[in-house]
Amino acid sequence: MALEALDDLYREVILDHFKNPRHHEPLTVHDVEEEGFNPLCGDQLFVQLKIEQGVIQDIASWGKGCSISQASASILTEILKGKKIEAVERDIQFFKDVMNRRSDLDQQDMGDLEALVGVRNFPVRIKCALLGWTTVEAALKQFKQVEGGRCKKIQS
Amino acid sequence: MDMKEIKKDFPILDQSIRGHRLVYLDSAATTQKPKIVIEAIQRYYETMNANIHRGVYHLSEISTLAYEETRKKVAAFLGAKDARSIVFTRNATEAINLVAQSWGGKHVGEGDEILLTEMEHHSNIVPWQLLAQKKGAILKYVSVQSNGTLDLNSIDSLISERTKIFAFTHVSNVLGTMNPVKALVEKAHERGVLVLVDGAQGAAHLPVDVSDLGCDFYAFSAHKMLGPTGVGGLYGKLDLLEEMPPMLGGGEMILEVHKEYSTWKSSPEKFEAGTPNIADVIAFSKAIDYLKKITMEVVHQHEKELTQYALARLMELEDFTLYGLKDAQHRAGVISFNYANIHPHDLGTLLDHQGIAIRTGHHCAQLLMRTLQVPATARVSFYIYNTKEDVDAFMLALIKAKEYFNRGTRSAR
Ligand SMILES: Cc1ncc(COP(=O)(O)O)c(C=O)c1O
Repeated sequence: MALEALDDLYREVILDHFKNPRHHEPLTVHDVEEEGFNPLCGDQLFVQLKIEQGVIQDIASWGKGCSISQASASILTEILKGKKIEAVERDIQFFKDVMNRRSDLDQQDMGDLEALVGVRNFPVRIKCALLGWTTVEAALKQFKQVEGGRCKKIQS
Repeated sequence: MDMKEIKKDFPILDQSIRGHRLVYLDSAATTQKPKIVIEAIQRYYETMNANIHRGVYHLSEISTLAYEETRKKVAAFLGAKDARSIVFTRNATEAINLVAQSWGGKHVGEGDEILLTEMEHHSNIVPWQLLAQKKGAILKYVSVQSNGTLDLNSIDSLISERTKIFAFTHVSNVLGTMNPVKALVEKAHERGVLVLVDGAQGAAHLPVDVSDLGCDFYAFSAHKMLGPTGVGGLYGKLDLLEEMPPMLGGGEMILEVHKEYSTWKSSPEKFEAGTPNIADVIAFSKAIDYLKKITMEVVHQHEKELTQYALARLMELEDFTLYGLKDAQHRAGVISFNYANIHPHDLGTLLDHQGIAIRTGHHCAQLLMRTLQVPATARVSFYIYNTKEDVDAFMLALIKAKEYFNRGTRSAR
C-alpha cells in the first residue's frame, strides 16, 4: 500500500483549505472569542464570532496545527457564516455524529462536510477534525452564559 | 557484537505495516522487548506465580527470591552499593512523585524553592507543582539556550538559601541533550541542595553509576530499557530513604498494625505497599541481562553512530529544521525536527503509511516547546535494534511524504 491510501484523508479540498485558509483574519469587531486546544498534539485554534439577532454575521478562525484541524476550521467558517445559532448548533451535533459514526447518517447528504468524512477512517485524527467545531460550541456557550445572549461588541 | 543480529531477538520487528517493513523509531516513548523478556513473563506465570514475602511454601519462596534478585541486579546495573536503595514503582513518573510527596512533604515548606529546568518532561514538573501548591513553595527553572543545552552559568544565581532540591533530566527526551550530571550534582551539593535525576532517558541509553554521579535520587522506567511496562524504580541514598515517610500504606510495608497507628518496615519495603508487579519486575531482570551482555558503552556507541549518520543526511534536506545540538558527539539518539512545512501530525500519518513509526507532538515537554517557539515537533529516536537501513527507509519516506503532501494544490501559503 502506498501513500495513495491517504487520498481519502488528504483530499484536495482539505489541502486547499489548509494552504489557503478562509476567514483567517481576526475580525475588527466580535462578540465572543474562544480558544480551543488539543492537549494531545498541541494544536491551537482561535474562533471569533460576530452575532446579531441570533445569526452568525461574521466568523474568523486561525491557529496552529495539522492540516486536518486547520482545514476543518476553515471549512467550518464557510459553512456556519450567516446561519442562525440554532442551525449552527444542529450542524455541530451533526458533524460530531458523523465523525463518531453515530446513527445511520451515511445516507444523508453531507453537503460541504463531505470533504471531511474521510477522516473517520483515521481514528487518531478525528480529534483534529473536531477541534474547530468544539471551539465554536464553547464560544456559543460563552456567548449565552456571560452576556445572557446580549453581547457587547469587542474591538479587536 | 553484530548489531544486525540484534533485530532478530525482537519478534515485533519482524512484521510489515501496511505492506512495508516495520521501522520503529519511537524508542524514547517505549522500547520493544526482546524474546527473553517476553518469555520470562510467560514462564513466571507457568512455573512460579505466587505472592511474594508472604508464603512459606516453595512457589512463594522462589518468586520472592527472583523478585529480590532483580533488585540486586538493578542496583548493580546502576552502580548503587546497596540493593535496599532501589525501590520498585510503576514507572519513572511514580518514582518522582514518591520523592516529591514523601521527601518533599517532609522537607519543603512555605517559601522554600525547588529548582527545575525548562527541558523537563511533564513527569518532572507536575509532581513538584503539586508539592509547591500544597506547601506554598516556589518553583524556579534553569533556561534552555538556543543550541538546546542548559544555561549552566545561571545555576549559581538560581540557587538560593531557600533552595531544597534540584531536579533535572539526565537526557532530554526531545533534544537528546545529555546534561553534565556530575558537575551539576557538585554545584548543588556545594550549596546544600539535594539532587533528583530523571533518568528515564538516561539509564536506558548510557552507562550510569549513581555512586559516581553522586545524585541523591535517580528515577527510571523499565519499559524504556527493554523491560515490561508497569515497572520503574527509584534509586535513593539509603539514609534519605530511611528517614522518608511512606507514600502509600497497606500490606507488605508494615511491621505492626494497631487500631490507632502502625509501624512500618525500612526501605525499600516501606515504599512498596500492596502486591507489586511481580511478574514484570522479574522479567525486567532479563532486560538487564540483555543490556549487560551488549554493554551500555556499546549501546551508547551504536546510537551515536546512527545519530551521526542520520544527522548528516537530514541536514542535506531542504526545509529541514533541527532542534538541539548539531553535533552527534554530544547528544543521545533522539532527533527532533520539522520538515517541509508539514505539520508533525501530518508527517506522522504520512510516514506511518510507509511503515515508519515516529513520535509527533509536544512530547510531554510543553515548557520546552514554548522555548523553542514551536507548537510541536516530529521526533525519531533510536535503540540497539535500529540499523542504518532503518535510517535510509526513514529518509526515503520523508522525501515521498513531501512529494505527496505538495501534490495538487501547489499554491504556497
Ligand atoms: C525524560 C523523561 N522523563 C520521564 C518520563 C516518564 O516516564 P514514564 O511515563 O515511564 O513514567 C519520560 C517518558 O517519556 C521521559 O522521556
